[in-house]
Amino acid sequence: MDFSFTEEQDKFRQEVWDFLEDETKKGYWEPTCDAWVQGFDPAFTKRVAHRGWIGLTWPREYGGQGRSHMDRLILTEEMLRYGAPAACHWFGDRQVGGAILSFGSEELKKEFLPRIVKGEAYFGLGMSEPGTGSDLASLQTRAIEDGDYYVINGQKTWTSCASFSEYFDIYARTDPEAPRHRGISEFIVDAKSPGVSRIPMIDITGTEAWNDVFFDNVRVHKRYLVGEKNRGFYQVLHQLDYERSGMERLMGNYPLFEGIIQFAKENRLSRNPVIRNKLAQLQIEFEVGRLLIYRVALVMEDGRAPNWESAMSKAYCTEFEKRLACVAMEILGPYGQLKLGSRFVPLRGMALHSYLGSKGYSLQAGTTEILKNILASRRLGLPSS
Amino acid sequence: MKLTLSEEQEMLRKTARDFLNDKCSKRFVKQMEESESGYSRDLWQEMAELGWMGLAFPGKYGGGDMSFLDLAVLLEEMGRACLSGPLFATVILGGLSILDIGSEAQKQEYLPKLIRGERVFTLALTEPGYHNYDASSVTVEAIRDDGNYVISGTKLFVPDAHIADYLLCAAKTKPRSGITIFLVDARNPRIKYTALKTMAGDKLCEVVFGQVPVPAANILGRLNQGRSAVQRIMQRAAVGKCCEMVGNMERVLEMTVDYTKERKQFDRPIGSFQVIQHYCADMATDVDSARFSTYQAAWMLSEGLPCTKEVAVAKAWVGQASQRVFALAHQIHGAIGVTVEHDLHYYTRRAKAAELAFGDADFYREVVAREMGL
Repeated sequence: MDFSFTEEQDKFRQEVWDFLEDETKKGYWEPTCDAWVQGFDPAFTKRVAHRGWIGLTWPREYGGQGRSHMDRLILTEEMLRYGAPAACHWFGDRQVGGAILSFGSEELKKEFLPRIVKGEAYFGLGMSEPGTGSDLASLQTRAIEDGDYYVINGQKTWTSCASFSEYFDIYARTDPEAPRHRGISEFIVDAKSPGVSRIPMIDITGTEAWNDVFFDNVRVHKRYLVGEKNRGFYQVLHQLDYERSGMERLMGNYPLFEGIIQFAKENRLSRNPVIRNKLAQLQIEFEVGRLLIYRVALVMEDGRAPNWESAMSKAYCTEFEKRLACVAMEILGPYGQLKLGSRFVPLRGMALHSYLGSKGYSLQAGTTEILKNILASRRLGLPSS
Repeated sequence: MKLTLSEEQEMLRKTARDFLNDKCSKRFVKQMEESESGYSRDLWQEMAELGWMGLAFPGKYGGGDMSFLDLAVLLEEMGRACLSGPLFATVILGGLSILDIGSEAQKQEYLPKLIRGERVFTLALTEPGYHNYDASSVTVEAIRDDGNYVISGTKLFVPDAHIADYLLCAAKTKPRSGITIFLVDARNPRIKYTALKTMAGDKLCEVVFGQVPVPAANILGRLNQGRSAVQRIMQRAAVGKCCEMVGNMERVLEMTVDYTKERKQFDRPIGSFQVIQHYCADMATDVDSARFSTYQAAWMLSEGLPCTKEVAVAKAWVGQASQRVFALAHQIHGAIGVTVEHDLHYYTRRAKAAELAFGDADFYREVVAREMGL
């Protein structure tokens, strides 16, 4: 066991710090909760790309840096610490690029990876459907072959970043006769294709968090099929392992964490033993979660997809985020309910935002219940229910 | 960063596990609990021959030149096996403290015998009263008398004191905050021992010092400067207890999961019920997180890095995790788990005792709060 970072890793972290510190000093953006998924700032994404920090782990031949998963974890950890607006590139960088790299044709890799790396191709996900949540294999969106094309019809929902997405990575049924796990395929769909439309969904924080995305006879060329036809369900499981793997599940609200500690100190609330106790408990839980996520990165470093390991870290960490928001609200008392822009609002309304927003954290990318099922079967070998 | 054991550590683990599987049955554990001494002289000697006592000491004293991290692996295995006896007290509380703050002459004198299993050491720190975990609550005094010191007062919860050859006694040597650690010959007739009847059957003692003379040469470390030494002893002890608890919990998770696969109700193994699966998933999460936080602290101690916060995080977290793990283990095992016919109770009692030793979650949460600058 070794819990240290290498000199290069420390140097890299410092480099990321310096960059982000400079960005905030210049007033380009303000640290914000959920900025990894709701902070759309194409110029920021461009500046990150310019540093070579998108697709960091990908091979050089596709524009990546061929660096380690630990480096990427360090990078994302610091982005989250600063609440940086990284939503434009987050999905492409975190999972779609990786999916293309793992399963896509050479042609697809050449078409998309260099553009994601340059911060020029933003992705949204099309997995869930109105009737399809945890039971992903029940999805109904159809893709029917027609010459060199597939014609896609159906509705996707809970698509984050959809207003900004230039492409969607979607899953559709290509063989309705086959057992349901074996008739699904993955496609990249240009968001500008005729027949694609979106309707925003406003979440309980008042943010446009998702979109419904509709596909009405959308023609997609066969070269945009990712991986093998009818293997999409297995590919999506792989992708979900990565979707759950990261530090955003622990640190999506880090600006609030830092903010509430500072607030307690400045207002002398931290002398109150109850408040000290609560904040220290959060700190303990935070440090523990961080270790669980580092383990996930080390699994990836070994060349394995993080399966039950990311199920464990994600299930644990989203519960931490909910508790963080609850503790912040308790400390702020009646002030906690004030919205950004209100007179007397503390911490730019972050506690309120997190309190409401975090209710969804344990639902997206696999509910906590599904994640515990994965732990039970994959980690512990318990029989299926 | 690497979160797996090295090849050597894996080997150590395997050797320890095989040895303890062979020597430390639950019948043996029960015997030890019921015995007065709490350990078997024969097994003690075998462990010394395996190099366990000397593992983390330099070769020049006869030790194995390994690290605290390696010792952590061994302690974890002892936790798995519910092994009791004075190794923890002798090595973690006694030997490593001597190595840390003793003079070269003291190390030469005491460590080789300790490593050979010829001497048992322990630490007399805690005193009667509540929430007394660290040096700040020491009231037992050592009065200077003609170049030597005379110790009087009562220490409580001193592990294995009744069989110890030496006591490391933390005593006040200055009215305000001067603490000094003395190496006291435990056979002095002015020291009275009463073994307490404890939940885990381990041998915690009340130790009464009745004007016990101690030569100034037996001061360990610096006069009046024992506070930081005590802090480091506490850190090693807390992490050592975490290792044992991690071993307890890992074994109990295995036992519980195995049980859910075998135990049938409504014609199905209960492990096929989702509620049981989720309980087990929660247990696994607590076990893994307890292990990582423990090893992080053990690694930092091994490397000599400042780790006040990490130790506090580990002891606080492991204590809480252990409570949850045992609550679920008992729930899943059903009524058989609350009888002495099943082995679960050995683990339950030990984990709770370890949780209470050297500072509980409340105590360490406050340490974390201070480290956060609150």
